[in-house]
Amino acid sequence: MSHSVELSGIGMSFGTTRAVSDVSFKVEAGEFFSILGPSGCGKTTILRMIAGFIQPTEGRVLIGGRDMKGLGPNQRPTAMIFQSLALFPLMPVWENIAFGLEARGISRAERRRKADELLKLIALEGYGERMPGELSGGQRQRVAIARALAVEPGVLLLDEPLSALDLKLRQHMRAELRALQRRTGVTFIYITHDQSEALAMSDRVAVMSAGLLQQVATPRQLYDDPATPFVARFVGETNAIPGRITAIDGGTATLETGLGALRGRAGPGAQVGGQATLYVRPEALIPGTDDANNLPATIDRVDFEGAFALVHGRFDDGAALAASVPSTRLADAPEPGARASFSFQPRHGVVLADA
Amino acid sequence: MRELFQRFGGWLASFFLILVAIWLVGMVLAPNLMTLDYALRPNLPPARIGGPEDSYSLANFAYLANEAVHRTIFFKTVWASALVTLTTFVVCYPIAFWMAQRATRAQLSIALMALIVPFFVNEVLRTLGWYIILAYRGPLNAVLLGLGIIERPVRWQGDLGVLAGMVYAYILFMLLPIYNAIESLEKAQIEAARDLGAPVWRIHWRVVIPHAKAGIATGCVFTFMLAAGSYVAPALLGSPGSRWFTEIIYNWFFEGGDWNRGAAYALVLLALCLLVVLVTLRIFRVNLADVAK
Amino acid sequence: MSGADRIFRALFVFYLAGFAFYLFAPLVIMSAASFNESRFPTVIPWQGTTLDWFRAMWADRAMWEALWTSAVVAFFVVVISIPAGTAAALVLTTLHARARSFAYALMVSPLLTPGVVIGIATLILWRQVGVGGGLLLIVIAQASFIICYVMLMVVARLQRFDRTQEEAALGLGASRFMVFRRVLLPFLRPALLASAGLAVLQSFENYNTTLFVRGFETPLTVFIATKVRTGLTPAVNALALIMIAVTVIGAVAYELARRRRLRDNRAADLPH
Ligand SMILES: Nc1ncnc2c1ncn2[C@@H]1O[C@H](COP(=O)(O)OP(=O)(O)OP(=O)(O)O)[C@@H](O)[C@H]1O
Ligand SMILES: [Mg+2]
Repeated sequence: MSHSVELSGIGMSFGTTRAVSDVSFKVEAGEFFSILGPSGCGKTTILRMIAGFIQPTEGRVLIGGRDMKGLGPNQRPTAMIFQSLALFPLMPVWENIAFGLEARGISRAERRRKADELLKLIALEGYGERMPGELSGGQRQRVAIARALAVEPGVLLLDEPLSALDLKLRQHMRAELRALQRRTGVTFIYITHDQSEALAMSDRVAVMSAGLLQQVATPRQLYDDPATPFVARFVGETNAIPGRITAIDGGTATLETGLGALRGRAGPGAQVGGQATLYVRPEALIPGTDDANNLPATIDRVDFEGAFALVHGRFDDGAALAASVPSTRLADAPEPGARASFSFQPRHGVVLADA
Repeated sequence: MRELFQRFGGWLASFFLILVAIWLVGMVLAPNLMTLDYALRPNLPPARIGGPEDSYSLANFAYLANEAVHRTIFFKTVWASALVTLTTFVVCYPIAFWMAQRATRAQLSIALMALIVPFFVNEVLRTLGWYIILAYRGPLNAVLLGLGIIERPVRWQGDLGVLAGMVYAYILFMLLPIYNAIESLEKAQIEAARDLGAPVWRIHWRVVIPHAKAGIATGCVFTFMLAAGSYVAPALLGSPGSRWFTEIIYNWFFEGGDWNRGAAYALVLLALCLLVVLVTLRIFRVNLADVAK
Repeated sequence: MSGADRIFRALFVFYLAGFAFYLFAPLVIMSAASFNESRFPTVIPWQGTTLDWFRAMWADRAMWEALWTSAVVAFFVVVISIPAGTAAALVLTTLHARARSFAYALMVSPLLTPGVVIGIATLILWRQVGVGGGLLLIVIAQASFIICYVMLMVVARLQRFDRTQEEAALGLGASRFMVFRRVLLPFLRPALLASAGLAVLQSFENYNTTLFVRGFETPLTVFIATKVRTGLTPAVNALALIMIAVTVIGAVAYELARRRRLRDNRAADLPH
């Protein structure tokens, strides 16, 4: 049984520090939902409020439609996997996994059986009698997951569970987690500050900055339609060209910039006369000139990466340039200091009002 | 307090609090306050307790101040304890330094074992060992006579005996804190000082001792407190001329039959120890948390 | 190495030897005296080797009673001081900065109080309710400061505890009590065992405090001290030798166990 999770207007203050302010979103039952944001932005705090380790100073948490106010972590249908894993070092692996069942008063034989079942699920059959200290990082990781799954939670909360692993193992575990989530259908709320992780795994992603919710969207939308300047800059690479909006016409905004008038989609909050910035992805920049949206620049350096070449430099207004150009379109590697021009389709640029 | 309840839930938290309250209130505060109450009242036969004479006064403390013999013994206990502390420090410091900075791993392990083992042996037994050694016809006199160092047996029992027994008894309390403190001093600092041409005594005075001051303070505080409050060593190794303040207190309780006066004396001893603790901590600028480790 | 250094070093070795001699001579001489036929315990003159004093000690009813008294006292001291010391440590660690340093000062104060004062204060308090010196007061008076040792050892261990383990357990549905029983308590176990050992030793060896609250009871230390003053024979040395042997073996075993545990702990601690 998986549950939906709804946060409505929750906030958390620790004394005078404001860790989270007025965050609302709803995670559907069975969804793989990620919370993405830089270190210290309040991700763990949100998760701990959902799990019930801390009570929000304002707002409500609903799980499966039920208000969780006053319920402790042991009364909620959630299970959490901690940043540090927090396995019980003095219990063998199987007791770790069966701990939640023990708490529910299930008989020892039954616990053992269930633990073995889960050990099989995480491909650690026969490791039941080991102590957690005798496992590798990835194995511990899986034990922590099995321990959380053993209680058949409606919602699984994962706090950067892969951060301690090396890159290779991390990629492997990502796939395993995603498969596991599909198989079990449990709602996953997954915290990470690694955007590629969030984009690759999630159905939807919430982006946070400094305790504030920036945007909740699918990975694709997040990338293509960032709702705030923060999201535009934080998720993926981008070129940012500042200016002032002179016109908005049928969803397309015209921005007066140091490079002349540029056109892009009008994002949320874009208003005529307002200071705004145009954001364009590196791969949307096309070398050469076009009828409109031309961006003259000076090239500093080209990193050849096989299929693509990454071009770094400066636009003539001083903004940094990053373009990802198919190698076939790049005649000769330009010398550093060479002049170049790029253009882009208006639908590939987004204009967002400056914060 | 709220965190305690959050962490352990109502039942456990209440249980813990009750235990702690019983200990601190029932076993620490109340007995001392009652002792103070006793110390401030006169010693009366049961029939007259609560009567008109049963009023608070400082008479019991004044008695100590005016009774020349007791006063002398009190001050003697103070300076003798200070002497014990100083001697113990002098004896222990080189060993502590050696263990912390010079000894190899194996040497250290043996040294720690060798120090801890006698400490685990009962204080009464340790004192008994000295009692036998220092006996008039005991081995020490026999050896010294045999070597021709002394002409006649010496009566060691008395001040010297008490000093030897006490230093022996409290070595570990002095040594371990100092050792721990010196251990955290980087060898490089000493080497740097030596490179600059500082003589040995100066390295210790300017580098090692300042670094180890918390440990030294701890060792001194404990040794002084234990020495001043000691009963075994003066009782077994002392002579009538080397009476200790604790013996006077004991007599008020079990021979003089005046508990009130005994309580006042005990409080004076307690106040002395607390004063020494506070002054030492102040001088060495150490806080209590560093002491009780 | 310069000449001065060499002299200095030689002096130090000499000092070290003297120190070791100082440390062990009393114990060795006392032990040796228990085999001497002399009526007064000494090693000079040696009047012949005998085991009679061990027999005499073994046959001494009063000694056995004293031993039993000490054992009973130690047992109850452990029973009281382990829970109380643990509770004190837990309360202390959940307090906030200012309250904590105050509570800390209060909790360690018995360690800075002379033993005789603790005994006297306990005696005086309980006289108010008509309880005189005896087993009960010995236990209470000893526990009042032995709790400090337990508290300090548990606090030291708690500092290495990873609180997220508690949260993990709670999050898996455990009650607060189960978290305590299954997660925290097993973690504290080594410290509790060590402090139980320490408590037994402290209780057995205590003299100053016990002297005032003993009433008509005679624990082992009091028994020995009384013997020394009233009728010292090498039988006391025989007892001493046995006690030394037991404590030395105990101390060595404890130290070895502690070292092994340190190693095990290092293996069991999860790297973060
Ligand atoms: N118990 C606490 N007391 C005081 N401040 C806290 C507490 N917990 C968190 N904070 C503060 O709240 C803010 C958010 O912390 P949080 O742990 O939620 O960040 P995070 O997004 O999980 O960061 P990271 O990616 O580094 O884990 C931080 O500024 C942090 O210092
Ligand atoms: Mg975090």
